[in-house]
Amino acid sequence: MSQEFRIKEKGYINRNKIINFRFNGKNYTGYEGDTLASALLANGIHLVGRSFKYHRPRGFFAAGVDEPNAKLQIQLNGHSEPNVNATEIELVEGMVATSQNCWPSVEFDVGAINNLLQKFFPAGFYYKTFMWPKSFWYKIYEPFIRKAAGLGIASTKKDTERYEHKFEYCDLLVTGSGPAGLASAYAAAKSGAKVILAEDKHRFGGSLLMDDVSIDNLSGKDWADKIISELKEMPNVIVKNRSQVFGYYDHNMLVMFERTGDHLEKKSEFTPRQRLWYIRCKEVILSTGSIERPIVFGNNDTPGVMLSSGAKEYMKVYGVLVGRKPIIFTNNDSAYETAIEFKNNGADPLIIDTRKEQSSDLINDAKNKDIKIKFNHAVIKADGYKKVKSAIIGELSEDKKTYKNTSSVECDCICVSGFWTPSVHLASQSGNKLKFDKEIDAFVPDKSKQEEITVGAANGNFTLHDTLNAGFSAGSQVSKKLNNKDVDIQIPNVTEKKHKTHDKFWCAPLPKNIKAKRFVDFQNDVSVTDIEIALREGYRSIEHVKRYTTLGMATDQGRTSNLNGLQLVSNIENKIVPEVGHTTFRPPFTPVTIGTIVGREVGKHFMPTRLTPMHNWHIKNNAVFVDAGAWKRPRYYKIGNETMLEAATREAKNVRDKVGICDVTTLGKIDVKGPDAAEFLNRVYTNAWMKLPVGKARYGVMLREDGMVMDDGTTTRISEHHYHMTTTTAQAANVLSHLEYYLQIVWPELNVNVVSTTEQWAGAALAGPKSRDVLAKLFPNINVSNESLPFMGYVEGDLFGVPARIFRISFSGELAYEINVQSDYGLYMWEKMMDIGKEFGIQPYGTEALSTLRIEMGHVAGPELDGRTIPYDVSLDGMVSKKKDFIGKRSLTKIAFNEANRQKIVGLVPIDRKTSIPEGSHLVLDKNAQLPNPKLGHVSSSCWSVENNNPFSLAIIKDGKNMIGKKLFAVSPLKNKSIEVEVISSHYVDHEGKRVRS
Amino acid sequence: MLYIKCPYCGMRSQNEFAYGGDASIKRPELNKDVSDKEWDDFVYNRKSPRGKHVELWHHVSGCRQWFKAQRDTATHEIFKTAMMNEEI
Ligand SMILES: [Zn+2]
Repeated sequence: MSQEFRIKEKGYINRNKIINFRFNGKNYTGYEGDTLASALLANGIHLVGRSFKYHRPRGFFAAGVDEPNAKLQIQLNGHSEPNVNATEIELVEGMVATSQNCWPSVEFDVGAINNLLQKFFPAGFYYKTFMWPKSFWYKIYEPFIRKAAGLGIASTKKDTERYEHKFEYCDLLVTGSGPAGLASAYAAAKSGAKVILAEDKHRFGGSLLMDDVSIDNLSGKDWADKIISELKEMPNVIVKNRSQVFGYYDHNMLVMFERTGDHLEKKSEFTPRQRLWYIRCKEVILSTGSIERPIVFGNNDTPGVMLSSGAKEYMKVYGVLVGRKPIIFTNNDSAYETAIEFKNNGADPLIIDTRKEQSSDLINDAKNKDIKIKFNHAVIKADGYKKVKSAIIGELSEDKKTYKNTSSVECDCICVSGFWTPSVHLASQSGNKLKFDKEIDAFVPDKSKQEEITVGAANGNFTLHDTLNAGFSAGSQVSKKLNNKDVDIQIPNVTEKKHKTHDKFWCAPLPKNIKAKRFVDFQNDVSVTDIEIALREGYRSIEHVKRYTTLGMATDQGRTSNLNGLQLVSNIENKIVPEVGHTTFRPPFTPVTIGTIVGREVGKHFMPTRLTPMHNWHIKNNAVFVDAGAWKRPRYYKIGNETMLEAATREAKNVRDKVGICDVTTLGKIDVKGPDAAEFLNRVYTNAWMKLPVGKARYGVMLREDGMVMDDGTTTRISEHHYHMTTTTAQAANVLSHLEYYLQIVWPELNVNVVSTTEQWAGAALAGPKSRDVLAKLFPNINVSNESLPFMGYVEGDLFGVPARIFRISFSGELAYEINVQSDYGLYMWEKMMDIGKEFGIQPYGTEALSTLRIEMGHVAGPELDGRTIPYDVSLDGMVSKKKDFIGKRSLTKIAFNEANRQKIVGLVPIDRKTSIPEGSHLVLDKNAQLPNPKLGHVSSSCWSVENNNPFSLAIIKDGKNMIGKKLFAVSPLKNKSIEVEVISSHYVDHEGKRVRS
Repeated sequence: MLYIKCPYCGMRSQNEFAYGGDASIKRPELNKDVSDKEWDDFVYNRKSPRGKHVELWHHVSGCRQWFKAQRDTATHEIFKTAMMNEEI
């Protein structure tokens, strides 16, 4: 029979909608509103996985985020996702779930042999076993650990789901919609504060959904529904379910994970699967509630052993009975409600209470309902392999360290309650140092570090009356602080059962004759013995114990294990818990998908793409692009089957022989304006700028204060107080920040403004011996003769109706010009130039040819100006003024920068004139020298010289000045090459620089 | 993520800003003889105090102004921000 553990007419599920799903190859049904866990339990399935280390059978332990065991592989809509918490994921038609960490099946798992070998898997097992011999690491240990470690299987397919990011600002963020959260949000919202209320689960109300209470004569759930519907009506409130606040960062920035689409059978096209919220709020109220703490006993990991609160939630919310003959093992009153609920639904519960016989509202209720209670007893051990069949219980001795007698009791589940642990994760993340509350044997938030208050069970407040009071007062307090308004709220009447104090009983002792593992951390398989071993081996700091045993280091962050672990350590060490201390909580509170963290920033949205106005022309002409920062630049234009080298050589040769055109829009451009502009440039650049006339350009080098070359480029004086500066593509942003730093901070007295104009201008370089002929036809009204427009000259012109700037500057070493027009006319300019240049044999050239041309000319660029070179190193010392001061000048007097054998740029050619030298190669004297072979320098740039038709490289080597003519080896271990090279001048072509001036 | 008040634009998230280091560092005047120690202190040597620190921030993805902020390096609390020509 299907769903045989479903209780008639109980719970908040929709019985009109049946949902079909598969688990481990079999078909099942559940209802809309089920979680995967509740639907499986309704079908009587407890065994869901195998444990991490020993492959022991494991079942559902909880009903929410505290679940340590039920992590399943989920397939839905063609996607496969590992490690999904079955207690949190909502059931969807067609869902396929599979157990993890077992082979060949969860019913029969070969790895369970580890359980028999458990002697060999003690605490620190990984550290001890896998250390020696070292040679075993890569081939034997690492593959073994990798195989054993991952729980599920990550998909290798592309994630085609849509994920979104959202930024939100509010006065108050309330995390959790239990009684504390509802009361706080309501009070603050009534005063008009902008409030966000976030609930992790699908249903609002938290403990109100489960607890037997009434508020203003309404059931807990009805009252919660009433408040929520009022809040939803208010325009100043955002109410979110399925939303987990998982991170609390500086300055009240919280991050929330919303499951927008996971529960939908069919999503609309624009519904994201999940959404990440960045919430900046003035105040935070943490109403995250509490998590039930288990009591540790033998075989407490057997399927069928479950938190008492979980069993109650399955009955009340989902109408699912987790057993018909349950044992309720408790040290406090709250579990009695679970027992009563079982009884009300026809089950036959037995309460095992570690406390002495006593009475309270709840205990009396249970007695009146004829529920059997054994006081002063404990569950010692569960029996049954894949499911609990019986339990060994014992009557406790006076000191509760042994038993007066033991007996076996039949049962089909054991519901355990070791009192309550406030969920203080977010408070701790905010910087709140926690304090230990002896009344409840748990940590609660102490002084706030940020604008946050914790209320309700999260603050150790376990009665509804106090929680509601605290909630309303926190909400009013916050609204008073925010908008100085008092809110008048009637605090509702509450009926609830009074509880007797709990027993400080956390771990059932094992008599000598009973052998069983007692687990503290289920997810990482850490047992009591493991912690004892760690302490015996000398670990004292709780942080060390944690890492050695891996206690609390699994994805559940030890929600059900931290306190029991601390308690054990303190018992063994004879300390109190606060002396042991606690480990630090870190975000995320619950696992968050990578997709959500990445959001829409995938594929081409990973970073912005900058395109020049001529981009489409490049595409049409078979350009192969290269990334230059965010820019796409043509690397070469492919004709037929050309290789990159062939294309680049053709393009570069065409520049040397005829004329080429290159898109230089990406160069950084900065307008420098103001009466003190010349003085400013004079301080920024190493060379002199005071006498540059209007209509002239000058090459400049700028340094950092530590003397290293920062950037180079030409700057042109457009008019009296207006200069046009160019920077390299890569350094454009840094140079602007650098200039702003000096103008705003160091020399604010200078009357100068700088602004980036990179986007405003499209640029094309026209280079080659025929470039003047093209220019003359482009600008028939301008005299472009060498006399009238000499090297480093500047003139403005009219390009067929478009205003243009013409600079006679050169990077290629050829006669060359650079033409700028407003960006919108970039393509127009480019097409005109191609058209007019046709008769002169014009061809476009890309960055490969550009590099070839500059390398064989010995012009330095990014690879040489790598932040480790001073002007001397790159032969720019001629650019350094001796007369005036400038940024970085004082550093150039350093002794190391003036040593006789200082590194310097040189040229290299292979002896065989054939073998290309890989960039990054090291230069050594003797390729066979003993390692480490002394390095003389490195190869910075390499090309195929089109002028000399052989490979040529630039290198920076020690004592470069005196190395010319020497023979060295360029070795590249990465490419397994060693090439004999000859050191020559870095200027391989046109030493005297005649061409640019021709 | 810090929440920083640009003196020109108001409260903005940290990802709009670039950090500029100790604001008390003064560049030696131009054309002045500077000892090696004085120069090294300017270029390299920085204190790394625990607690209050007056530092520079640059509103790079905003108004592009440099300004001063007084921040606690341990708690990240920002007490005050000011324009470059203001006292902090
Ligand atoms: Zn600003």
